[in-house]
Amino acid sequence: MHRVRENIYKWVFAIMAFASIIFLVGITITLITQSFPLFREIPVKSFLLGKAWYPTYDPPEFGTFPLVAASVFVTFGALLVCVPLGIGSALYMNEIAGYRQKSLLKPLIEILASIPSVVYGFFGMVIVAPFIQKVFNLPTGLTAFTGSIVLGIMATPTVASIAEDALSFVPKSFREASLAVGANRWQTLIKVVIPSAGSGISTAVILGISRAIGETMTVLMVTGGAAIIPKSFFQPVRPMTSTIAAEMGEAVFGGLHYNALFAIGLVLFIITLFFNILAEFISNRYRLKLGAGR
Amino acid sequence: MKKSNISQKIGFFVISLCLIATLFFLGTILYFITVRGIRSISWEFLTKPPSGGMTEGGVSPAILGTFYLTIGAILFALPLGLACAIYLTEYTPKNIVVKILRISINNLAGVPSVVFGLFGLAVFVKFFNFGVSILSGSLTLGILILPGIISASQEALTAIPQSLREASLALGASKWQTIRKIVLPSSMPGILTGVILSIGRAAGETAPIIFTAAVFYMHGYPKSIFSEVMALPYHIYGLMTEGTSPEKQTQIAYGCALILMFFVLLLSAIAIYFRQKQRRVQHG
Amino acid sequence: MDNVVHIKVSKVNFFYGKTHVLKNISMDIYKNKVTAIIGPSGCGKSTFIRLFNRMNDLIPNTKVEGHIYLDGEDILLTKTDVVNLRRKVGMVFQKPNPFPKSIFRNISYGLEVNNIKDRKFIEERVIESLKKAALWEEVKGRLNDNALMLSGGQQQRLCIARCLTVEPEVILFDEPCASLDPISTKKIEELITELKKNYTIVIVTHNMQQAARISDYTAFLYLGELVEYGITEKLFTVPENPKTEEYLSGKFG
Repeated sequence: MHRVRENIYKWVFAIMAFASIIFLVGITITLITQSFPLFREIPVKSFLLGKAWYPTYDPPEFGTFPLVAASVFVTFGALLVCVPLGIGSALYMNEIAGYRQKSLLKPLIEILASIPSVVYGFFGMVIVAPFIQKVFNLPTGLTAFTGSIVLGIMATPTVASIAEDALSFVPKSFREASLAVGANRWQTLIKVVIPSAGSGISTAVILGISRAIGETMTVLMVTGGAAIIPKSFFQPVRPMTSTIAAEMGEAVFGGLHYNALFAIGLVLFIITLFFNILAEFISNRYRLKLGAGR
Repeated sequence: MKKSNISQKIGFFVISLCLIATLFFLGTILYFITVRGIRSISWEFLTKPPSGGMTEGGVSPAILGTFYLTIGAILFALPLGLACAIYLTEYTPKNIVVKILRISINNLAGVPSVVFGLFGLAVFVKFFNFGVSILSGSLTLGILILPGIISASQEALTAIPQSLREASLALGASKWQTIRKIVLPSSMPGILTGVILSIGRAAGETAPIIFTAAVFYMHGYPKSIFSEVMALPYHIYGLMTEGTSPEKQTQIAYGCALILMFFVLLLSAIAIYFRQKQRRVQHG
Repeated sequence: MDNVVHIKVSKVNFFYGKTHVLKNISMDIYKNKVTAIIGPSGCGKSTFIRLFNRMNDLIPNTKVEGHIYLDGEDILLTKTDVVNLRRKVGMVFQKPNPFPKSIFRNISYGLEVNNIKDRKFIEERVIESLKKAALWEEVKGRLNDNALMLSGGQQQRLCIARCLTVEPEVILFDEPCASLDPISTKKIEELITELKKNYTIVIVTHNMQQAARISDYTAFLYLGELVEYGITEKLFTVPENPKTEEYLSGKFG
């Protein structure tokens, strides 16, 4: 009697638990089925390597190379901002800050990590872009450079927070052993702490990359939106995410353009999936390594 | 002075600069949005709909819309997420099941928000024919916050000592009674923390609702869950990219950004404060 | 002595993964007696008594063989209703584990989960249990206080009272005094001696003096094997097995 009821509960929970699997699979299937019609008309190769994105021309061209290149460009630029700043901040919190200072800084950084991306995009548009236009004397401030900076600032708190977690996972004994043989704090940090937290820090960076590539609103608002292959940081570009967000409104449901935007979503999904799996893989190995070290 | 000590000085200096730069940039954002946004804020701004072709009046439909979407997302994601966490921690399924679930949850957490938007468009708006509506937007946002709710709930549930479960079971309580009467009440603060963080996340997301729920302008207020809505984040975007009087619109956008940012920061501050307090209790 | 067998353990083996934790144990536990299980730590004492209320079910990757009969019924069968079993076989744990609820709600919990709703009955039963557990005098004015405010010894008596409300036949004590001071320990020991009039008691302890003081029967477990089992007085004065003698004289453990 009890057992029957208990089993019913168990199955109810199990079924609900499987929702996350269903959604992940559902997303995959949706992206594939919705982009499939495009590939009947246009070979995958010219979709991925085509140099022109003119979805509304007659005949339309669906080459996503400029969009992918823009994403890579902007993400790379953002990394140049958020990796040093984020990891530097993490090192500060972990090594220099005292207990009181850290217990103030860490939550502050975590709280700031929650500022919505549309606020960053807005800030980029009204403050950063005019500033950059003036300083570099450009025709427009909405460039890949602006996007990189704003996106980089946006990802910094996340990178800092994850990297700090990784640093504080390093056993105290490692540090003490190094200090005991006469190394100073800096040498200990560089030679012992950072290497032992290495994979945790790389996880932070990879998650930062994945977040930056997938970020939509910031780049949509500040990168200017020109679908051309970027030659310099100081020109407008159109990354994958902003293409989807900007063009879905004008695409006809079920038309080739609609399918093409889902295909971009598929590419984006595969890229971020790759980075997430990579991050998972590295952090698993890291856990094993530290586990053995204890 | 020894060479190694000089390198330590330089190294620490650089690290400090990184932190200062980070705080400076984030501070700049807070400063500009607050100082310029506060000029827009008034009772009228919070309670009146827009007027004069989006250049005057308030943004109350957008505030209300964001409220609806967020509540809808939580109503959808909380039962699912909590059930998943309960299943994982209390019913300890086979290793392989745990692994598959964990991989799906982690990867779902990493899916770009615009892809959730695509999914919502294809499945909720078109396939189920819910249209561009509060319902479609809430479901899409719900899936987006699901992983966060699961991991926060899981953390809260695993923090409950096994001895409490044993005590309950040893008294002849069934597993379900133990979960309902002992495990869930004790882990409620932790679960709520996750919910609060998720509310902030759902309220601030834009990309998932662009194609599934949000419109830049609508007449009056939404009448049912099948109505389209205005939403704060989308309103900011709309004000900056549509319309004809950029200066007036930018000022309104400042106001919206301030409301949104203040609301989200407040929620996450509350949540993080509680989380720290709980962690301290558990470790002390 | 008119001894009635209450629990009959027959050829029980227990495996944790590939480790053979309990090896072919058979013994009879008598009604209204205190049976102590002693042995060095890690010998499987706790694992052994946790079989009596199927608490080991909670640990994944374990396997049990053999039979344990409670009132003639095998409780190790998969079809056994463990919820009913645990209402008959109560347990007090090593560390006091009150729920983070009021004192009253802690005690009434066992009734609550039995779907007893009669408030008056619940109240009477709570007071009765607190009295039986010799805690009533100390807490009578503050039943609505959080149970976590009590001292360790009081918490442990609260856990005993909580267990009594369900009216079990058998009470298992898993090193109930391990985390308590001597005065609290003495109170619990007196309580156990008092309780055996109405209940069958099995207690695990690593404290030999304690076993000698309160138990009628003692079982000595060593490396998962039941080395010796008999009347406490006899086992402590003229042990049959040389290993028991070694252990009692403090040569190992």
